[in-house]
Amino acid sequence: MNELIGQILIIIGLAFDLFGCIGLIRLPDVYNRLQAAAKCVTLGTGGILLGIFVINGFTSLGIKALLAMVFVFLTSPTAAQALSRAAYISGIKPWEKSVDTGLEEELKHDAVA
Amino acid sequence: MIYYVFMTILAFCCFLCLYRIYRGPTAPDRTVAVDIMGVLVVGFCALLALTSAQGFLMDIAIAWTLQSYVAVLALAKYLEGKKFNE
Repeated sequence: MNELIGQILIIIGLAFDLFGCIGLIRLPDVYNRLQAAAKCVTLGTGGILLGIFVINGFTSLGIKALLAMVFVFLTSPTAAQALSRAAYISGIKPWEKSVDTGLEEELKHDAVA
Repeated sequence: MIYYVFMTILAFCCFLCLYRIYRGPTAPDRTVAVDIMGVLVVGFCALLALTSAQGFLMDIAIAWTLQSYVAVLALAKYLEGKKFNE
């Protein structure tokens, strides 16, 4: 029973991973690709690791899988945010149909202050 | 064995990321793809640890998470044009 629930969680995670990577290929600019891929792949890998924890229970392998899931959830969104800010500062223009986020005025305000 | 099917799908996702690293028109595109591929490799290592019953592969997955985080932060600092001591 545990193995079946774990395999279902792994399959859900794999679907998120696959759709995130298709978004990485198909979307038009850096910010759209980063948004799709970072969110989907974080949740997908978290699902895979949670499935491995459910299959193994509180053994050495299961606890390590839970720890790796915590690290992925902590580090991946932070890296994505730093990367999108760096891309904007290094001069990559957003796609022409994107909505203005007001980051430009904020950066100007930071430079003045 | 169903886990080998799962690992094949993850390897296909890694090839999609490699396509973006090869084609990506700007440097941030390639950095995004490297970040995503690091997270995919963590999942691959975890599945490999489950199928082969070798516990040290899960340690490799944890270390790969932290190493990928530091690498992406360093690349982001480089793209911003700042020095590493700021």
